[in-house]
Amino acid sequence: MPAPPPLPPARRHALIDRMRRVRLPGLGQSILVPLLAVITALLVGAVIILVSGGNPVRAYEGLYEGSIGCPGALSGDAGIQVTRLVCASSVTDTLITATPFVIAGLAVAFAFKGGLFNIGVEGQLLAGSLATVLVGYKLDGLPAALHITLALAAGIAAGAVYGAIPGLLKAYTGAHEVIVTIMLNYVAGTMTSYLLSGVMKDPRSGAVARTPYIDTAARLPDVWPGPEMLHLGAVFAVLTAIGLWWVLQRTTIGYEVRTVGANPHAARYAGMSVARTVALTMAVAGGLAGMAGAIEVTGVNYYHTPGFSVGYGFDSIAIALLGRAHPVGVIPAALLFGALRGGSSRMQFLTQIPVDIIQVIQALVLLFVAAPAIVRWLYRVRQRPHTVIEERPEPAASV
Amino acid sequence: MICTAPAQYDGRNTLPDAGAHERSEPMTAPTLELRGITKRFPGVVANDAIDLRVEPGQVHALLGENGAGKSTLMNILYGLYQPDDGQILLDGEPVRFSGPREAIARRIGMVHQHFMLVPPLTVAENVMLGHEQRRGPLLDRERAEAEVRRLSEQYGLDVDPTAHVRDLSVGMQQRVEIIKALYRGADLLILDEPTAVLTPQEADELLAIMRGLAAQGKAIIFITHKLREVLAVADHITVLRGGRVAGTADPKTATQASLAALMVGRPVLLHVEKGPGHPGEPVLEVYDLAVLGDRRQRAVDGVTLAIHAGEILGLAGVEGNGQNELVEALTGLRHAERGQIMVGGHDLTNAAPRRFVERGVAHIPADRHKYGLVLEQSIADNFVLSTYYQPPFARGLRRVFSAVWDNAVRLVQAFDVRTPSPALPAGALSGGNQQKAVVAREMNRPAGLLIAAQPTRGLDIGSIEFIHKQLIAARDQGMAVLLVSAELDEILSLSDRIAVIFKGRIAAVVDGPTATATELGVLMAGATPEKAAG
Repeated sequence: MPAPPPLPPARRHALIDRMRRVRLPGLGQSILVPLLAVITALLVGAVIILVSGGNPVRAYEGLYEGSIGCPGALSGDAGIQVTRLVCASSVTDTLITATPFVIAGLAVAFAFKGGLFNIGVEGQLLAGSLATVLVGYKLDGLPAALHITLALAAGIAAGAVYGAIPGLLKAYTGAHEVIVTIMLNYVAGTMTSYLLSGVMKDPRSGAVARTPYIDTAARLPDVWPGPEMLHLGAVFAVLTAIGLWWVLQRTTIGYEVRTVGANPHAARYAGMSVARTVALTMAVAGGLAGMAGAIEVTGVNYYHTPGFSVGYGFDSIAIALLGRAHPVGVIPAALLFGALRGGSSRMQFLTQIPVDIIQVIQALVLLFVAAPAIVRWLYRVRQRPHTVIEERPEPAASV
Repeated sequence: MICTAPAQYDGRNTLPDAGAHERSEPMTAPTLELRGITKRFPGVVANDAIDLRVEPGQVHALLGENGAGKSTLMNILYGLYQPDDGQILLDGEPVRFSGPREAIARRIGMVHQHFMLVPPLTVAENVMLGHEQRRGPLLDRERAEAEVRRLSEQYGLDVDPTAHVRDLSVGMQQRVEIIKALYRGADLLILDEPTAVLTPQEADELLAIMRGLAAQGKAIIFITHKLREVLAVADHITVLRGGRVAGTADPKTATQASLAALMVGRPVLLHVEKGPGHPGEPVLEVYDLAVLGDRRQRAVDGVTLAIHAGEILGLAGVEGNGQNELVEALTGLRHAERGQIMVGGHDLTNAAPRRFVERGVAHIPADRHKYGLVLEQSIADNFVLSTYYQPPFARGLRRVFSAVWDNAVRLVQAFDVRTPSPALPAGALSGGNQQKAVVAREMNRPAGLLIAAQPTRGLDIGSIEFIHKQLIAARDQGMAVLLVSAELDEILSLSDRIAVIFKGRIAAVVDGPTATATELGVLMAGATPEKAAG
């Protein structure tokens, strides 16, 4: 093939310099809109609190204290002794709450990158939890490192299998993943109730449907000892997010996932196996959701009950959207949701404003993120012109 | 004659009954004058003091290469952009449009390159969309249909108002767009590259329609870079280059060569110079291939072909005679029902697309948005779309970005892909530069067979010349080239042999250098070789 001749080095470097000077759609733009969406949601939430007779300032103080601040620090609540310990515990609460949000958010974000809408996190998470808890309480006498690894691996594998089902159906029959994952959520929910009140029920739990506690060797250790009790799952979550970003950006598999997501026709043209990539993407997404469940079981609950999921499956969609489907962007989004949930009970305690207002605020965040035009219009943020670059032809000598 | 109705038109409901809408005699378009129009974008002066005068009853061709500023100028006229400097005058009166609605109110209509139609609706419904005819709360479909029929007859458009747009050919859809503009009272029509999407026959019909519109008093601005069409239809020619008026020309005296030189700024070779081919071993061998089309019809029906190293085989045919399906089967994108495909002696019948890639089949797809590019991804990534996993672009599973970047910098330079940076998404390139990027990628990877489907579609003269030279160079270096093109001129000037496809069968294979357009035209219409020769 007539390969164009390589450029003389000096000229090539001048060209590279010129090209690198061009400003690319920056980080600022992609952070600005989600940030403004959150602020707007909080402002609208404040109006709603005001209208329903509450004091938004007190409410948000409570939210702050309960999530990242020190109880009593702002509200002057004399009943609580402010110590370093108590302060730290509200932060760790937030982090612990945010941990499954991060991983479940990644399960949605990764599927988004592959052009798939994974509504099935709820079901995949339940499948993962079931497998983990089973390994956790059935086995005993194993060394901790091995038992934890096995328990987590079982959860990830179960989630991956549960996620691969809609992936394979999509790849080979064209069945839409949204419909299939929604259906599989019901299957997982019902199966969980059935197993937990049947064969997996702890005989000592009486009327409560729950599994036995997992073996102490299968429990995630704390990151640091002491009463703050941040378990190792938080570290896993951050590493997973960074690792996923690396895979998407730096590996050929990640490139295949993104290409299939952006233009499956071009992917096929380029020789990629679209069906295999779709199935793989859903399996990875399911594995992540399963990992979220496994970490909740081994790090927080130590058993499994039907009321285990507090809406992770659906919050994870909001988190992925707020994080712009960027693996690392999911972390701050999950922290926000963790803080809202972590601080809400303190808010209710201080102001008698029902915790449900938090769900309203979360819904508003999602609304403003999903409809960025509202935010842009409110704050007069100009969208970076996405028009065609019509560069004037320039004489070749100027290059 | 003065008609004020369109100016009163409130822009929401129906057009006033007795206004421009139901007049029986044609009305005269205003005289349009642009004076010193200047528009700057960050880093670029897209329009630099452009003057233009368009008279009623005339077709004014606006000629220029991609990026010369034609579209910017028309978007200013249509109210989509505001000029930084200069004036727009209609009948001598300065006007300012803050949006298309105001331009429409002043009887300016635009037919975009990409149609704005709703496929499931009928022609009449599409035409009245946004300007619905009403009878009380109900749509007055009959009146809209009657109006479409009247416009269709008056201007010889031959459009059935009750047909569904999804069933219409591209050429017909374009006429619906023209009727839409006329229905809204347009007397000055802007046609933006209207022939780019048409077959040669459809293009000729459109040129006749444009003459008819002008004869009835409409003014037409015809944006194009096709010289033949300009000379066939225009009354006046303005050539833009680099955002400035490079010159004006009179179609009676201008030639294709003089216009091309004005457009490009240097003399251009309109006919490719090539030596005789030296065909070697067959690279692609196809035996009795049958392929089904999208509607399960037999699109390719028993094709047998061979292409040798060092030869260009042109595939001529009216669009829709199985060319796309054939190309897709030859690249693994479509299942072959019957027959055999051999590349370099290896049987690749119904092999996965990757095996074609790895056997050295390069493919410039006809539909660059569907197959050719991932618009969201960077230009650099698009350059390695099918080789991303091979060294030097990957080491194991890890991508090697320095190699990807060097490759991109080299191709951008060598193929003159105009972009500030290969790190930008491919969607930020103009259409012509997108095509150049695809051609650059496919001509630059190790391959023995190049399947080039419409390789110069939407390109300007300078780029066409360049790509033609590249195709010849590829042939001279021993590559086998299958050239599929709707441009008969392109087939004739490049091919060593020409195969004519008709209804999925190869009607004839003729010698390239001695073939004539007339002979091919007859074969393309379905005549047997004997008749064509006689």
